[in-house]
Amino acid sequence: MWTGFPLFPEAASTVAGGVDALYWFVIAISVFFSAGIFAAIFYFALRYSRKSLDEVPKPIHGSLALEITWSVIPFLITMVMFGWGTSLFFRNFHPPEGAMEIFVTGKQWMWKLQHPEGQREINELHVPVGRAVKLTMATEDVIHSFYIPAFRVKKDVVPGIYSSMWFEPTKPGKYHLFCAEYCGNQHSGMIGWVHVLSEPDYEAWLSGAPRGETMAQAGERLFQRLGCFTCHRADSPGRGPVLEGVFGSTVQLENGVKVVADEVYLRESILKPSAKTVAGYRTQMPTFQGQISEEGLMQVIAYIKSIARQERMNTPQ
Amino acid sequence: MNAALAPPPSAPPPAETPTHYLNANYGFRSWMFTLDHKRIALLYLASITLFFFIGGFYAVMLRLELVTPAGDLMSAENYNKSFTMHGVMMVFFFLIPSIPAVLGNFLIPLMIGARDLAFPRLNLLSWYIYMAGGMLTLYAMVAGGVDTGWTMYTPYSTTYSNSHVMVMAVGIFINGFSSILTGLNFIVTIHKMRAPGLTWFRLPLFVWAHYATSVIQVLGTPVIAITILLVALERGFGFGFFDPKLGGDPILFQHLFWFYSHPAVYIMILPSMGVVSELVTCFSRKKVFGYKFIAMSSVAIAVFGFLVWGHHMFVSGQSIYAGMIFSFLSFLVGIPSAIKVFNWTATMYKGSISYHTPMLYVFGFIGLFTIGGLTGLIVANLGLDVHLHDTYFIVAHFHYIMVGGAVMGYLGGIHFWWPKITGRLYPEGWARFSALVLFVGFNLTFFPQFLVGYLGMPRRYHAYPEEFQVFNVMSSAGASILGLGYLIPMIYLTWSWRYGKLAPPNPWGAKGLEWTTPSPPTTFNFEETPVVTEEAYAYAQEQETEESH
Repeated sequence: MWTGFPLFPEAASTVAGGVDALYWFVIAISVFFSAGIFAAIFYFALRYSRKSLDEVPKPIHGSLALEITWSVIPFLITMVMFGWGTSLFFRNFHPPEGAMEIFVTGKQWMWKLQHPEGQREINELHVPVGRAVKLTMATEDVIHSFYIPAFRVKKDVVPGIYSSMWFEPTKPGKYHLFCAEYCGNQHSGMIGWVHVLSEPDYEAWLSGAPRGETMAQAGERLFQRLGCFTCHRADSPGRGPVLEGVFGSTVQLENGVKVVADEVYLRESILKPSAKTVAGYRTQMPTFQGQISEEGLMQVIAYIKSIARQERMNTPQ
Repeated sequence: MNAALAPPPSAPPPAETPTHYLNANYGFRSWMFTLDHKRIALLYLASITLFFFIGGFYAVMLRLELVTPAGDLMSAENYNKSFTMHGVMMVFFFLIPSIPAVLGNFLIPLMIGARDLAFPRLNLLSWYIYMAGGMLTLYAMVAGGVDTGWTMYTPYSTTYSNSHVMVMAVGIFINGFSSILTGLNFIVTIHKMRAPGLTWFRLPLFVWAHYATSVIQVLGTPVIAITILLVALERGFGFGFFDPKLGGDPILFQHLFWFYSHPAVYIMILPSMGVVSELVTCFSRKKVFGYKFIAMSSVAIAVFGFLVWGHHMFVSGQSIYAGMIFSFLSFLVGIPSAIKVFNWTATMYKGSISYHTPMLYVFGFIGLFTIGGLTGLIVANLGLDVHLHDTYFIVAHFHYIMVGGAVMGYLGGIHFWWPKITGRLYPEGWARFSALVLFVGFNLTFFPQFLVGYLGMPRRYHAYPEEFQVFNVMSSAGASILGLGYLIPMIYLTWSWRYGKLAPPNPWGAKGLEWTTPSPPTTFNFEETPVVTEEAYAYAQEQETEESH
């Protein structure tokens, strides 16, 4: 089927324009230099083609001045590219404050997405236009990579850690979502759509989408079911630290190191409790590796986050 | 060295066939137990050609599948196995050994005036090791295949894949030793066996390129061997190196893998650059421009090539500051490549240029390598690679380097030294025609992949969205032309071995000690050890007299 001959994908995020501009710049420089080299080769090949069989041209040893020129000029040009590209990358790396959060789990061969309010989607993601969205991503099995060409963003989802990325859509529409890292049999089937909706459409979608409990509620239920509450008690210090208010705070570890209790730390502490024990507590918590899915983990963390928020609201400032 | 300029190939062939390395003795044993570097080179030539066509067969299957967006020709599983075998065969069993093991083996002793490599038995052993690794990998293929991709990323390869990963891993592991031993042999040979008067800066640039390549082979290959061993230990015995469920780190694998596999690209391209340096000076009949800069840029590429592996991991989650350093070093490694291209171009300036087939391959190499190199600046760029990583843009980029660069150089070299290797001339018309077919076919195959890559088509996709079809149809059409371009030389080169015109010792009027021997050379290359009194590529007589005092 003839679908046209496009050269650029849709540019539908705040970073897409910057990436395309740099791409054009490097292409322009490249075309200039290749044209120069090709022209020189064509010209020399024709101008100096062998005129007689016993022709012997004069030797030219080289030229230090020329060598320096054609080393230094390309070096300077590549440094411009390097500076531009690196600053673009650094600027695009950190999500803006107050980005809305979506939680992504990759597994062979589908993307599962959870909204904090409880909506859950598979291979489809609905987001509003004009708002920054931060993805916290984990995988149940192998490495996947979350890729939205129209947004010019991509990030590997690596087992054992949380990966994160962000984007801010600028145009309502329907955009490809691909898995970019080869992940086995149905790799090319691990695709979906990102639906960017106008604010009213998004509200309509939110209220229309089937939703059970919020992520935090689901997490609380897991917290109960797995028996976490027996040690991490809300009222008094139990065998484990009190978790109210812990998210986002700085905790001191047994070895004196201080770490921020973020998603990555909490995840590790659930799966490998002895890795970074809080000072004053003996390591007696069992590992929950294998007992809780990545999605469940995200829910428990959402719950711990939510009680931190409540705590902060209750604390008189 | 022979001071007189060799006349064009018009001398009548000698009436009586003299003894040379090919007819010195006959029979299966005389080949299987040969210690002659030239015969071992031919053993390699036959075996890498076999592996090239196996790898090529899989490429054909991939391109056929991708003609339509739906995955309809074969199953996803077979598609995944096909691109894995294509990559493994082409990278480990064709490209890495190609120029060093065939042309390097054949030519290094001849070029430096030696009777053989430093360790002839080790040389033969390298070939046996290579064949053992190759056969084991072929067995993995026949037994059911492997679906990890040639990159074998963990934990897919260690925990999740149900294919014959172990057998293939052992095959690649064994093959690595062949590469190490060949590199070692070349290094010792180049250090210790140069003819009297052949100082380092009188060496042909082909030898310099192989010296740099050998250093990478010796230093880099052990790392891939260790990595594969760790994969095998995790997969077979549950040692936790890479799978986080066993306490490992999947990113560690990527560091180790690319620490070798990025320099491996330079193992492929440096020898090809060495070939181009020889050809461009011969067919311009003029001393190469900036000899020391070309020689030293090979060494610079070998050194810096070891420091850029992290550019394969910009979106893997490695520190953004690590990304910054790797990006910087990747830009840096582009400079010595640019220096080479400029010097080759300048060599043609005021030369006497002929358009024999090897020179056509030089034109093809410079054109395609330039495009491959410049698109390297795009993917080395942090800001752009986020979008382009793991898309067809990457596929196009590395094929421009590894096929457009390395294979063009290899074929150019094969044509250039064919008269020396076989004692026969190939049909020039067919050879020029096929060089053209290759160039057109290659560009039609891979240029559309840049475009579809920027549009966002991920690599290793068995099925793809319809809007990408037009580019894939172009690519597949190009691949069929490219395939033809490889078949034609197979046919006429094989033909010429028996029926080609007899070649004089120096059909191109080239400089270099290998052209002072008869075509084909005798078993021990030189009647007596030559004494070198002049720089490389002393085409002009005035210059020779000038420099011989």
